[in-house]
Amino acid sequence: MLNDFLILMKSELVISVIIFLLLFIKVGKGMKNERLLPLVQFLLLANFIGGFFFNETGSLFGGLFTTNALIAFQKSILSLGVYLISLLFADWLKKTEHMPEFLILALSALLGMFFMISSGSLLMFFLSLELSTLPVAAMANFDLEKKISSEASMKMILSSAFSSGILLFGISLLYGATGTISFAGIPAMLDGSPLQILAVVFLFTAFAFKLSIVPFHLWTADVYEGAPIAVSSFLSVISKGSIAFILMTALYKVLGPMHEIWYNMVMILSIATMVIGNLFALRQQNIKRFLAYSSIAQVGFILVGLSSNSTAGISSVVYFVLIYTFSNLAAFGVAGVISQQTGKERIDDYKGLYQTNPFISWVLALALFSLAGIPPTAGFFGKLFLITAGASKGNYFFITVAALNLIVSLFYYLRVIRAVFMDKNEQPIEKINMHPSTKLGMIICAAGIVLVGLLSWVYDYINQLSI
Amino acid sequence: MNLTLLILLPLLTAVIILLVRNAQQVKWVALIGATLQFVLAFVLLFAFRNERAAGNDAQMLFDLQYNWFPAWNISFHLGVDGISVAMVLLTAFVVIAGVLVSWNVTKMTKEFYFLLILLSLGAYGFFISLDLFILFFFLEIAVIPKYLLIGIWGSGKKEYAANKLALMLMGGSSLVLVGLLGAYFGSAEKSFDLLTLSQNHIPVFVQKICFPLLFIGFGVFTALFPFHTWVPDGHSSAPTAGSMFLAGISMKLGGYGCLRVATYIMPEGAKEYANIVIVLSVIAILYGAFATMMQKDLKYINAYSSVSHCGFVLLGIGMLTKTAMTGAVMQMVSHGLMTALFFAVIGMIYERTHTRQVNEMGGLLKVMPFITTALFIVGLCSLGLPGLSGFVAEMTILIGSWQHPDLFHRVATIAAAMSIVVTAVYILRAVAKTAMGPIKEGFTNLSDAKWNEKLATLILIAGIIAIGVAPFWLNDLISPAADVIMHKVIGK
Repeated sequence: MLNDFLILMKSELVISVIIFLLLFIKVGKGMKNERLLPLVQFLLLANFIGGFFFNETGSLFGGLFTTNALIAFQKSILSLGVYLISLLFADWLKKTEHMPEFLILALSALLGMFFMISSGSLLMFFLSLELSTLPVAAMANFDLEKKISSEASMKMILSSAFSSGILLFGISLLYGATGTISFAGIPAMLDGSPLQILAVVFLFTAFAFKLSIVPFHLWTADVYEGAPIAVSSFLSVISKGSIAFILMTALYKVLGPMHEIWYNMVMILSIATMVIGNLFALRQQNIKRFLAYSSIAQVGFILVGLSSNSTAGISSVVYFVLIYTFSNLAAFGVAGVISQQTGKERIDDYKGLYQTNPFISWVLALALFSLAGIPPTAGFFGKLFLITAGASKGNYFFITVAALNLIVSLFYYLRVIRAVFMDKNEQPIEKINMHPSTKLGMIICAAGIVLVGLLSWVYDYINQLSI
Repeated sequence: MNLTLLILLPLLTAVIILLVRNAQQVKWVALIGATLQFVLAFVLLFAFRNERAAGNDAQMLFDLQYNWFPAWNISFHLGVDGISVAMVLLTAFVVIAGVLVSWNVTKMTKEFYFLLILLSLGAYGFFISLDLFILFFFLEIAVIPKYLLIGIWGSGKKEYAANKLALMLMGGSSLVLVGLLGAYFGSAEKSFDLLTLSQNHIPVFVQKICFPLLFIGFGVFTALFPFHTWVPDGHSSAPTAGSMFLAGISMKLGGYGCLRVATYIMPEGAKEYANIVIVLSVIAILYGAFATMMQKDLKYINAYSSVSHCGFVLLGIGMLTKTAMTGAVMQMVSHGLMTALFFAVIGMIYERTHTRQVNEMGGLLKVMPFITTALFIVGLCSLGLPGLSGFVAEMTILIGSWQHPDLFHRVATIAAAMSIVVTAVYILRAVAKTAMGPIKEGFTNLSDAKWNEKLATLILIAGIIAIGVAPFWLNDLISPAADVIMHKVIGK
């Protein structure tokens, strides 16, 4: 029993240990940020690597907590994301007075996500969702002297509370209609009655809030703009990824029998999300708002793959989230470094960046090409597989809209590329001195962007886990 | 011969270019790489001919297949037939000429050559891939280098032109993507493999939906009317080598795709829409020719005449006869060489006179005889003088078109043939105004071509004359492959 407990919950245990370690260091003698950060980075890396070993299928606490190799891999993706964030924003973290608290909050949120992905019942899911949201709202307020940061935090708290309420309502309806809260028990009780459909709509609305699916996306851009960039990247990559994973479980495993019903819902919301996200991204001037809208559009693409309800759907979504982690973090990393050193966040400020900073320009270009789905970057494969998975229903209208959205998204990604590589500027951003670990983070991201696509065994590995 | 060499060689060249330090080394690495590509293309040609002479009549030679994404039934499948070999040869010619011509690029030399070589990598991969997924992969690889080449090293409204080009080409490839997915899910085996798909009958209603998507998608690349609008802007803003690659290679990707992918795997769709293709291509031919008459800028002249010449390629495909299809491939090769040479010459003239306006030039034959002679040759090739490649290709297409006895095809053929007269008008006028007459002030001290420019010009002229004087070797190469495709379409 104890062995089961230790092995099945290993990632959660490691994260808890790191949290307590940080807590003890903070209340005890304290430790300099310069020394503490590498330690935490090392432990996160160890957790990421450990995620690939001893992955067994099993459940604990009477089915509240379940895990298998695919779930372990999803957790590894999230751990990798947090590790990369700790590398990319090392400069900012070290200068923050309250770095241990920040890390504790981030890791608590990560812990909540781990439990959420592994949850086997609606109750566990709700609890862990709350654990994964509240610390992020506190993190959004981390630039203590900035008013806009508090505003972001407030917006996030309100919208999360609202969506939690809707979620609880949906859960209670579903419980009322099926008589169970266990993921394993619900599918057998589904018969498509109006009450159940209403419950599904409420559940999906809550997911839509968290994933910022149109029309529930309005909080996203403001929060991203106000929060520190490290937090924006956490929100856009780690939070979104974990919600996408649990949404997949909910739709496929729990609501699988109602596929015909939710397919249309997902399709309509997917089209709306892609179109609105792309159109709003066209006119953004601030790089953070720009990335916010672009990440909304990316979620629309994830929904294309999600709509398929097949093994291909599972593997393509997990694969895309992995690629999205590398690409979006690289873009946020570059924006973070520039904002940290010069305070410049407008796209116009990026003009002529290539003349002074070729390395980060190429990293940014790779990241944006990957987000736009241009080969040979991994984003090409990710998007293509999502579209192929979505096309298996034979809905040509849907995939044509998705394919046309690729063009619109290319337009605004090229805007940044054009500013960086082509436009002239009297006063370009000066040469930026990067912290070595930031550079390492960017190199890992760039390598991920190039290799994850070309090395087909990454996809095969995920596909074999998804079966 | 191992076909992966054609992909590995540019890749290796590109990597070495990134590693070396100074601009001089970059140039030489690029030149050596391009020369090796050139040699490799000829090795491929001779190996191919030897195999065929030895009686190996498999459809695709040098077949290679590696597993890549087995979950989707995607494999890295390479192979060549006569059409592919012809296109690979064309690419090698244009690449070496392009590298030589841009010897004077001083701005960000390393990045410039890196992108040029990356573009050639995309083109080679596209022409030799037999799996539609990797074909699409290579098609899209070639888009971004073009965008950056125009946007960074271009002139005039370069950002606008680069954006327009990238978005229109991406739009084309999005349509191609949807069409390919239709073929994938329409086939019984769920496969992207070209040979499997061609043996497999895709349901007719899928063909009727997907053929236009594929044809328009690839058509955007090859200036299908009314999706040709990126051509004049893109070509005129691009740097010399960029224009050469764009018109010489990139536009041929589209023609090859229309032929090899759209027509070959969706023959029912091709028959259904053949008349629309013919109408659009005749419009492109005539519209391109008349629009050229109004142009004063040498680059615009060649860009619009490219629309007209590429219309012939689509006309040859739309006619659905073996002769016309052979002619279409010949026209691709011929136009690729010719237009690359034209842009190279324009670039040389512009570098010396700093103008591309025909009215501002005159008498250049006196100061730069070599360059101007090349301009004469390429002009005569463009208007279809016998003995040069343009005549051979366009004549073959027209003969193939005439094989249809009905009124519609006859009218289309006659209308297309009339464009040659218009071509003669604008070419002769432009060339005469540039080369003859009294020499303008300030142009008297201009120098003639340097070694690199001479070499590039001679290589391309050699290709043009080799096709014009002895078209049979190209015909022998293409004709059997065109026969296979036509066999599939007509079903005899």
